[in-house]
Amino acid sequence: MRTDELVAALAAGAEPVDRRAPLRRMLLAAGVGLALAAALMLALLGPNPELGRAEMPPMFWVKLCFAGAVAAAGVLAAARMGRPGARLGGAAWLAGAPFAVLWLLALLALLAAAPEQRMPAVMGSTWQACPVNIALLSVPAFAAALWAMRGLAPTRLRLAGAVAGLLAGALAALAYSLHCPEMTAPFIGLWYVLGMLVPTALGAAIGPRLLRW
Amino acid sequence: MKPSPDAREAQLRELMLAAQDGDAAAYGGFLRQLTPFLRAYFRRRLQNRPDDVEDLLQETLIAVHNSRHTYDPSQPVGAWLHAIARYKMVDLLRAQAGREALHDPLDEDSAALFTDAEPAAAEARRDLRVLLARLPDRQRLPIEYVKIEGLSVAEAAQRTGLSEPAVKIGVHRGLKALAALIRRQR
Repeated sequence: MRTDELVAALAAGAEPVDRRAPLRRMLLAAGVGLALAAALMLALLGPNPELGRAEMPPMFWVKLCFAGAVAAAGVLAAARMGRPGARLGGAAWLAGAPFAVLWLLALLALLAAAPEQRMPAVMGSTWQACPVNIALLSVPAFAAALWAMRGLAPTRLRLAGAVAGLLAGALAALAYSLHCPEMTAPFIGLWYVLGMLVPTALGAAIGPRLLRW
Repeated sequence: MKPSPDAREAQLRELMLAAQDGDAAAYGGFLRQLTPFLRAYFRRRLQNRPDDVEDLLQETLIAVHNSRHTYDPSQPVGAWLHAIARYKMVDLLRAQAGREALHDPLDEDSAALFTDAEPAAAEARRDLRVLLARLPDRQRLPIEYVKIEGLSVAEAAQRTGLSEPAVKIGVHRGLKALAALIRRQR
């Protein structure tokens, strides 16, 4: 086919497109991913029995806010990575800020704690299960975020895959925090973050192959 | 005077925004204006493979079409297009590098290059002798003298005792007959 014929054929197919499609698609994927992560959590782990019975400690809300803020920044960042030539820019700072706040809280808590209480604050009683469970719960959200990304046009595939993975990890952490009994900032700052890094690293690893277009 | 890059950017942006709203005429104009820039861009970068330029150009136009929902008006349209063109070019080069790696068997050692050449040529000469021997003299001798030994038609005519036209016809028919023999052998 000659190039001018191709141009004519493409121009004939000029239907209106939705400029907000990247964000909309990513929001849809995040909604589906969060719902599936919550369903998995309820089916496999069950909610925290304290939930709704007692007043939740402030650290419970910190946990929710941390995961929610990373997820929100992840949606923005992923939508941006789906646009050719766009930079992460502010979205990277937005995603980094919750980590900075959490680690600051963890540092303050460790400094305030008596030396013999520091290790228990970091390790809690569920450190072995936490990262594995978050990684597990992130599977449906990971698939949803990659699906959304595939409908866009990422040009930096490794970074796009990593951002999609981080979004999935944050959604999984959000669902997992409704099960998790741990209420210390050092625990969350280490094990939650590790769990979220699993899908992030996986996304960076398979992004170049899965997101090609 | 050629329009400045800024003016071009503004014009392309306007056409793109109209195209996103479904304006087919603006979209056609956008693609037509874009085409020479993309062609020049790829030509500069693929100087040693000019055959790929037009394919890559078409591939990129299709990519622009399929991802036109990802253009954000707050972004320069030039940056958006450049990212797509670059992505498609890198993708092509990577795919070709992968294919060429398949063509080039890595387990074969480089000495094979030198050991192969001589026997192959010798075999070809031997095969030609065998096939030539099956031709009648009035075809075989003209081919041997003119095509293999490199004599002129007049010299070959003198040696064979044939007329010059007969030598020419002999070469012609003999080569045809040889070609037929080779085809049959395969």
